Amino acid sequence: MTRFILARCGQSALVLLVMSFVIYSLIGLMPGDPIDVMIASNPGATPEVVAHLRAIYGLDQPILLRYGHWLAAALRGDFGYSRTHAQPVLTVLLPALLQTCKLMLTSFVVSVVLAFALGVWASLKPGGVADSIISLFAFAGISVPVFWLALVLILVFAVTWHVLPASGIGTFGDGGVTDQLRHLILPVTTLALANIGSFTRFIRAAMIETMRMDHIRTARAKGAGERRVVLVHALRNAMIPVVTVIALSFGGLFSGALITETMFAQPGMGKMIYDAILGNDFNLALTGLLFATLVTLLGNLLADLAYGWLDPRIKL
Amino acid sequence: MRRDRAVSPWQLRWRRFRAHRTGMGSLAVLLLLVLFVASAHPVAWWLAVDPYETDLLSQYAPPSAAHPLGTDDAGRDELVRLMLGGQISLLVGVLATAVGSVIGLTIGVISGYFGRRLDAVLMRFTDGMIALPLLPLLIVLGALDLTKLGFSAEFAHSAAAGFWRVVIIVALVDWTGIARLTRAATLSLKERDYVRSARASGGRPAYIMTAHILPNVATPLIVAVTLTVGRVILFESVLSFLGFGIVAPTPSWGNMLNNAQELVTTAPALAIYPGLLIFITVIAVNFLGDGLQHAFDPRSER
Amino acid sequence: MSLVALDDIRVQFPAGRRTLTAVDGVSLDIGAGETLALAGESGSGKSTIGNVVAGLQRPTAGTMRFRGKPMDKATTRQAQRAIQIIFQDPFGALDPRMPVSSIIAEPLLIQRIGTAAERAERAADLAGQVGLPRDALNRYPHEFSGGQRQRIAIARALAPDPALVVADEPLSALDVSIQSQILNVLGALQRARGLAYLFISHDLAVVNHLADRVAVLYLGRLVEVAPRADLFGTPSHPYTMALLEAMPRIGRRHRRAAVIGGEMPSPLDPPPGCVFHTRCPKVREICRVEAPVLEPAPGRPGQRAACHFKE
Repeated sequence: MTRFILARCGQSALVLLVMSFVIYSLIGLMPGDPIDVMIASNPGATPEVVAHLRAIYGLDQPILLRYGHWLAAALRGDFGYSRTHAQPVLTVLLPALLQTCKLMLTSFVVSVVLAFALGVWASLKPGGVADSIISLFAFAGISVPVFWLALVLILVFAVTWHVLPASGIGTFGDGGVTDQLRHLILPVTTLALANIGSFTRFIRAAMIETMRMDHIRTARAKGAGERRVVLVHALRNAMIPVVTVIALSFGGLFSGALITETMFAQPGMGKMIYDAILGNDFNLALTGLLFATLVTLLGNLLADLAYGWLDPRIKL
Repeated sequence: MRRDRAVSPWQLRWRRFRAHRTGMGSLAVLLLLVLFVASAHPVAWWLAVDPYETDLLSQYAPPSAAHPLGTDDAGRDELVRLMLGGQISLLVGVLATAVGSVIGLTIGVISGYFGRRLDAVLMRFTDGMIALPLLPLLIVLGALDLTKLGFSAEFAHSAAAGFWRVVIIVALVDWTGIARLTRAATLSLKERDYVRSARASGGRPAYIMTAHILPNVATPLIVAVTLTVGRVILFESVLSFLGFGIVAPTPSWGNMLNNAQELVTTAPALAIYPGLLIFITVIAVNFLGDGLQHAFDPRSER
Repeated sequence: MSLVALDDIRVQFPAGRRTLTAVDGVSLDIGAGETLALAGESGSGKSTIGNVVAGLQRPTAGTMRFRGKPMDKATTRQAQRAIQIIFQDPFGALDPRMPVSSIIAEPLLIQRIGTAAERAERAADLAGQVGLPRDALNRYPHEFSGGQRQRIAIARALAPDPALVVADEPLSALDVSIQSQILNVLGALQRARGLAYLFISHDLAVVNHLADRVAVLYLGRLVEVAPRADLFGTPSHPYTMALLEAMPRIGRRHRRAAVIGGEMPSPLDPPPGCVFHTRCPKVREICRVEAPVLEPAPGRPGQRAACHFKE
């Protein structure tokens, strides 16, 4: 078990390292560079001054060398300064990370719980009325553009009916929990609806598959109640493929969070990365992307462990 | 057994597909959508409107005989813009899927057929890709400065470059599923006796891959490719919506919602149309995939 | 000169950290126009030898010669034309995406023989020779029964006018009534074309029906090679005897109780000495230590067996 965990951690670290280099190189290819931004406020800068500045900041060195310097600093916990926030990157990033985790976890729990209920219900009678309606709903969930779903929700609940706030995380001057929760409703609904479709389909498919298996028929033959058959025997087996798929969707969940946060003006990681890229804030964008990757990799790692725990055939 | 006419496996599937009601329905919807976007130029001519000319005096005009769906934030005809934007969105969907499929197919077949170390490296790579948060990565790719890659400034800022950039970056992130599927199919196909007898007769790998493996991989792949089209259209729309995809003045269903916050309060209908069209397109594509899955189900195949 | 000569062939596969020896020290000749049968239980290495002859498996050690020449590039190309293979499972042997005419003509296409029209004509001709219905050519494999599919596979193998067809258990997936039809097709083609067959089968009744010579394999080693009549009349190796005893025969009331007990040892871990000693009724001390050589039995020059106590 320990060896397995260590091996998987090593693998994830390797992916993270490779990704850090890829992102580092890509960020360097974005429009403008730190010097351009610096001299924008000083139109009198001569080419000599620019070259000098480049030398000071090491921008004339080959990319591998610059990456090495960056990596060495990052490993010491120094991710540089955010240009747009005029603060160390981590100071900006950590509250945003917390905010995103709050959004992602809440909607993740909501969508998983609902998806299990709907998926199991649909699987009880494949082809029945409930199954057809749930399938249609699931298809709609997969097919809807998330940003547009957010737009429609804002239009209906905030603009037309005025029952929920359209953006932000709290009303100014009101720090109450109820107020904060009210601000979470639309973002969480959006993100949950975006994921529920594919989860439901996977759970339904896995349940139908397991219900066909021999040991379920044995359990039925032995006179186990239908409720027991479905909830104990089938669900446990169906969990195995479902957990893998759901955990692999962490990357997708983050993408959804980016859209949701942008639409609802939530100060999370997604919006932060988006604003950083728009505002040429290279350090912040780079670090934000890396943390996004890290969160995703951790999700996948957890999935692997859960898989090993659920599947009795894998003795770790 | 003895029929007058040869029934190919494809004909059998077409029969099964026709029996699938939602599949046929979505095929009809998709054909209508294609017809809709294809009529952009005739309709613009008939209404005598220029979909690119801004007219700030007639901003957000309500529907009228001259503008059946009203005008947008720059006074342009919304209906014709929707048709033109649909052309771009659908085209990106099909082209990016095609490019991604070619990448995935090539990597999958080579990886599955030759196996060993190449296979291990490629599969680690696709595993890594699958786990990544794609949208932030797409945004970075969408924000790249093409002049830093050695393209001329003129090209980098042209509409064509913007279009192909979206096609290519979406294709670059969405080939992994197809690669894995192809690899798995290739692994089992290369042990089939018909592949072995072709090898015994002197068939080279290139011949075997094109004559035996690709045609047989096509079956499981068609469903996956269809679903990819839907996903790609969503990717394009969100990228364009965020401003990193298709950029104005070229319309796409995604970038028509660029100023959504303003639309929601001033012209809610304009916030609905483009997204609704994306939604209808993608749901039709996904139902089409479902119908194809049914038609191609190996369990219903002899 | 023999058509194909195998000399001291060994085939090994990596199996985790260990090595699986599927075939060891096999030397065999196949003459033009003859039918050599490879008999033995499953796992004895019959199919592996078939694959080596058909060019699908590179031997780990040992050499193969085709018409006396070692397998260099040019000879390999000749062999790819002159040696074709048919398989057991008639459902997996035909590409479901190809119409029958393309399947039959495929070897010609691969070897760039003739024009497209000539190949199509040849495919039609061959389809007739193996007894396929006239309208078969434009149809797809899924429309045919197992026996007819095997006919298609045979027609395909005959397309480049081969000198040898490796038939790897071509009957065992078919119904008994179909088996005899296919056997008759194979026999008729051999007489008409002077074909040689390397006929791989675990069914000794079939082997007795069509083989000229028989090679018996056990755990990747040849244990007996003899003309058919000798092998079935006066078997020399105790394993051959056991196989013949186990053969169902008309007129015998009971199949005799299994003469050899136990199971075949794993090819990952073959026993030392004679590989058969763990199950041999005649086993003595020497069998556990020294591997016997394949050589003529006393007084039977044409019948070779690998046993210290052969008859």
